[in-house]
Amino acid sequence: MIIKGVALLSGCFILGQLIGETLGRILYIDANVGGVGFAMILLIFSQNYLEKRGLFNPEMESGVMFWSKMYIPVIVAMSAIQNVKVALSSGMVALLAGIIPVAVCLATMPFISKLTKHNEEELKL
Amino acid sequence: MDYISTLLVKNGLIVAFLVTGIVMYLSDWLSKKLTNNKLPGSAIAIFSGLVLAYIGGSITGGSKGIADIEQLSGFGLMGGAMFRDFAIVSTAMGASFAVIKKTGLAGITSLFVGVILSFLCGAAVAVGLGYNDAISITTIGAGACTFVVGPVTGAAVGASSDVVAISIAAGVIKSILVTIGTPFIAKYIGLNNPQAAMIYGGLMGTTSGTAAGLAATDPKLVPYGAMTATFYTGLGCLLCPSILFVLVKIFFA
Repeated sequence: MIIKGVALLSGCFILGQLIGETLGRILYIDANVGGVGFAMILLIFSQNYLEKRGLFNPEMESGVMFWSKMYIPVIVAMSAIQNVKVALSSGMVALLAGIIPVAVCLATMPFISKLTKHNEEELKL
Repeated sequence: MDYISTLLVKNGLIVAFLVTGIVMYLSDWLSKKLTNNKLPGSAIAIFSGLVLAYIGGSITGGSKGIADIEQLSGFGLMGGAMFRDFAIVSTAMGASFAVIKKTGLAGITSLFVGVILSFLCGAAVAVGLGYNDAISITTIGAGACTFVVGPVTGAAVGASSDVVAISIAAGVIKSILVTIGTPFIAKYIGLNNPQAAMIYGGLMGTTSGTAAGLAATDPKLVPYGAMTATFYTGLGCLLCPSILFVLVKIFFA
């Protein structure tokens, strides 16, 4: 049943968001801390668990795959509801504060990438 | 004619599916005909979305882009946080946990570097353009993280509404820039593997921008980038109104 896959995804989603919201409350900040990330990890684990027990059938997979393939259309719709007008007309401060951090952070990418390489070497040793 | 409009409003989400489908079809066609598939169809579609948002905002004067046009209000649901996060989570299926674990340290480092560096750059821009009170500087710095961190921080430190508006705008500009820019810079920064995508997500933060930018670059990278980016806003909301605000207050009482 396709709905099993959709339900699995929904369960992971709700549980993950719940963890994110709870974490936000514990830290006294008005935000969801990593809800999507926790939901993703839950999905990866539950998929592995079900596969090992032979309970994860192709039809169930297609219930999740549908949403995975709807991802880009959803992002297109999301772009279409951004406040682009205001963003482009709110002056230099917003413009520079939006652009400069991106450029500076990009410049640090090679250095942080090295951290993964070190990790790999350590693993080999 | 009124009943057609009523029909469209009543079935908003379905109309959004239809219009998005048409936009994507046309984008694919343009990608093939004009750019010989060099510019991916999804990148054109996402850019078209931004153009539609601009048009919507110009016609209605509202803040929700194309969704402010009543007949297209379904875009608000389809492109809203619920569907976006649901679809992002679904991309995790098939993602490798081994890769995520291996990149863990670099991912966490990239998050802290991303938040703190973005904040400092945003704050420096605020100072450079004449702001000299700690509250405004902090709020604009926070806006340079994401358009959620800005207003959350602004509310926490008591910023005025125009400064909060600037911080949101800065965050939206960042998100748009990352959306459009990612496919172009990808090859120069080695953004072609899951590890790099995780670091990129942590550095850029903006979940919408990173997810859309990676989707236009290589959809396989999306889950990895989104994985770290999703922690960014939380970390920003944690650091900006607390440690970073105190830090700014030392220099600008």
